[in-house]
Amino acid sequence: MNDAQLIDRLHFAFTITYHYIFPQLTMGLAPLMVTLETLYLRTGNPDYEAGVRFWTRIFGINFVTGVVTGIPMEFQFGTNWSRFSLATGGVIAQPLAMEGVFSFFLESAFLGLFLFGHKRLGRWGHWAAGVMVFIGSWLSGFFIVMADAWMQHPVAYRRLADGSFEVTSLLGVITNPWGLIQYSHVMSGAVITGAFAMAATGAYYLLSGRAPGFGRMFLRIGVIAGAIASLAQIFPTGDMHGKYMAQHQPATTAAMEALFHTEIGAPLVILGQPDIEHERIDNPIIVNRLLSFLIYGTPDARVRGLTDFPKQNWPDNIPLVYFAYHIMAGLGTLFAAIMCVAAFLLWRGALFRAKWMLWIVLLAFPFPFIANIAGWITAEVGRQPWLVYNLLRTADGFSPTVSAGNALFTLLGFMGMYAMLSIFYLFLVQRELAHGPAPASQQTPETPATISGAY
Amino acid sequence: MATVWYALVALMLATYVILDGFDLGAGALHLIAARSDEERRAVLHAIGPVWDGNEVWLLAAGGTLFYAFPLLYASSFSGFYLPLNMVLWLLIFRAIGIEFRQHISESVWRDFFDGVFSIASILLIILFGAAFGNVIRGVPLAADHTFFVPLWTNFLPGANPGALDWYTLLAAILAVCALSMHGALYLIMKTEGALNARLRRIVRPLFAAVALLTLAALPASVAVRPSLLDNYRAGPTGWIIPVAVIAGLAGAFVFTRNGNERNAFLSSCLYLLAMLSGAAFALYPVLLPASGDPANNVTIANAAAGPSSLSIGLIWWSIGMAIAVAYFVIVYSMFRGKVSVASTTHM
Ligand code: HDD
Ligand code: HEM
Ligand code: HEM
Repeated sequence: MNDAQLIDRLHFAFTITYHYIFPQLTMGLAPLMVTLETLYLRTGNPDYEAGVRFWTRIFGINFVTGVVTGIPMEFQFGTNWSRFSLATGGVIAQPLAMEGVFSFFLESAFLGLFLFGHKRLGRWGHWAAGVMVFIGSWLSGFFIVMADAWMQHPVAYRRLADGSFEVTSLLGVITNPWGLIQYSHVMSGAVITGAFAMAATGAYYLLSGRAPGFGRMFLRIGVIAGAIASLAQIFPTGDMHGKYMAQHQPATTAAMEALFHTEIGAPLVILGQPDIEHERIDNPIIVNRLLSFLIYGTPDARVRGLTDFPKQNWPDNIPLVYFAYHIMAGLGTLFAAIMCVAAFLLWRGALFRAKWMLWIVLLAFPFPFIANIAGWITAEVGRQPWLVYNLLRTADGFSPTVSAGNALFTLLGFMGMYAMLSIFYLFLVQRELAHGPAPASQQTPETPATISGAY
Repeated sequence: MATVWYALVALMLATYVILDGFDLGAGALHLIAARSDEERRAVLHAIGPVWDGNEVWLLAAGGTLFYAFPLLYASSFSGFYLPLNMVLWLLIFRAIGIEFRQHISESVWRDFFDGVFSIASILLIILFGAAFGNVIRGVPLAADHTFFVPLWTNFLPGANPGALDWYTLLAAILAVCALSMHGALYLIMKTEGALNARLRRIVRPLFAAVALLTLAALPASVAVRPSLLDNYRAGPTGWIIPVAVIAGLAGAFVFTRNGNERNAFLSSCLYLLAMLSGAAFALYPVLLPASGDPANNVTIANAAAGPSSLSIGLIWWSIGMAIAVAYFVIVYSMFRGKVSVASTTHM
């Protein structure tokens, strides 16, 4: 592999993975905050409003970090992937530009109002601003997932004489069936992140004996949303995603499962390490015929293995695809289990006393971030060696004029920037958590300020 | 159709310069103009609720450019690789400076974030100004329309220039003065008291500097790119642009004198718009000129996306922009009026 290409890939992988830490929380928290605010409007209980204010501060810090790490992404197609941009600009850039025009404007405008407009807007106006922020963030996710989906599963395009692509139907691009499945799975994954964050915060306030009233409020909402989203993540969204993949990217499916040889009644590998040299799994723990069943609904279906495909079309890092996929699916099963037990305890009225469960909920909060990122790695590394599946190779996409040295320079620069950003982010969020939600009687009068909160 | 998109992208970029320009300019003056913590908070309050929305114009323009002229996006972003990545880093620093300051109350940290915000703003303006200079001067495009400019070579705008040379540095200095003036006029409109008075003192020499530099930029531009005047020679319509430049600058000066703060700011918007239109008009139909063989120019004709892509886009673009403009009207009217230094609330 060409050096510059390797570094451009690491560059993209690093910056997008880091970016995605923040939007998933933004998109996951937004509907939960709207829920809190709706409860406030319905019940008039000022504690809900205090809860919204507390989450607004954390949301603001998170949003800003998402914004600053998102901006480089928008430019990176041109800087590091110029041949890809040139070829696919007529298609890919369409949803990207729509994201800017339809959702970033909306988010940035209404977030300002949401954060400082408590007094100016009145209760309903403030609620409406919150809903707009929610819609804006989910629209962002939609357009960007549709851009990605087109790369995974190109539809509604035509090739021009110079080899570049052009849209034939915009509707086709934004209703790409792959994308709709992917979008439902991605958004449900984001809600899992938001729900675990809220539930863990609640568990922390209960376990530490601080603000137990808020602890119960956050737990209740976090656990209910978390249980629904965790189940939806597996079925129907994860299941549909898997089936659609097996149909349209069979080599990727084989890599995800590390299935080297075509089998009738293929087993599902639960644990084990893929051994590319010998084309087998080491130390396997398997469930017979389950894979065939999961993909085709019958235990005796034939599943194509990697050796069925020409080697130059294999994903170039099969162990990574395999591990990332197993981490995602394994954690997904765990999330569903945790949240279902917690929801059961909540229903029986025992959750707030069940210390062991509160500890589990508290300690689980980082794992949805890991699962979401592992999912993206499965999708993106699994798509290799293609940038646009079956149409444009990754080797034909990077910028020819940017040398490996220059690319490494900026990669290191971004690593340094993001290390600094992480420190500020963790420090500021920790301060907000330590400060905690203030009961309504202690609220300070608000002042207008910047998008991440009032002074 | 491609020409329509040229105009639309140019318009979006101009909107970006005018809107983000005032918060960049405010950042450039932040340390000099606002002395106490209250005053600095007043500056931040004046731009706080709007700066991110302003910056979205850059993203939206970038996205639209990518989609309408993929070749220009691909060629220029990879060609300006180093300066562009520095712009991205500075945008990160600047946002941190504005946004994280308020979460920490110790004065050391506040000073630190104020410094980060102001220095990043100044450096950004320099890079933007230099980028503008590069587009007018031309870049060493090869026959396949690719290029790569180092940060600098020998500071001469010859056949093998760097991103920085005497001409682009001149553009950078002009940009620093012009946006500082623009930012000062915005802040004058939004503030009162001692801060307002200090800004009025600061803006006066800036008028002179902008006028002189604008005057110097014209012959300098013609010197580095003689063909720049071709479109102006072709017909009289173009001559309205220098008139608008002069009117904008004069208006900013006179209205500031008379205390008509809003019109002074609007005049400065006119000045920026006219300067950018002047460049767009002069370049047309070239998007990025080659410093060597003009056959290598990136032009509207060779850079535009396919015809059906372009016409599909016009529909959603118009709807989206209409909505976006409505948001801006709402937000700016919600936060209209002065921010007061003492209580740091909007009146
Ligand atoms: C909390 C996060 C999370 C969890 C618990 C799961 N997923 Fe997932 N998954 C994602 C988050 C995610 C994601 C980040 O949203 C991905 C990455 C790209 C995408 O489209 O969605 C994804 C992709 C993704 C793909 C497509 C991979 C590709 O395109 O190459 C499949 C087949 C599954 N998932 C299936 C599952 C199954 C069967 C799960 C159940 C156990 C599961 N996911 C749990
Ligand atoms: C947040 C979610 C995402 C994550 C974590 C992610 C992750 C990755 C990773 C790990 C790679 C490197 C793959 C490799 O080199 O083997 C990659 C490559 C890439 N992805 Fe994504 N991706 C995400 C979303 C997107 C989206 C939304 C798009 C398109 C709009 C996209 C477009 C690309 C491109 C162009 C490359 C570069 C070429 C390549 O190396 O394949 N990604 N991504
Ligand atoms: C290559 C891919 C990506 C690009 C080019 C990109 C671009 C951006 C940009 C420019 C911003 C800042 C917007 C502003 O200034 O207001 C942003 C924020 C955001 N992005 Fe991304 N992004 C990418 C991947 C993703 C993915 C995969 C998702 C979700 C599935 C996502 C969801 C969001 C959301 C919700 C925001 C709002 C701010 C926040 O959440 O912190 N982005 N993105």
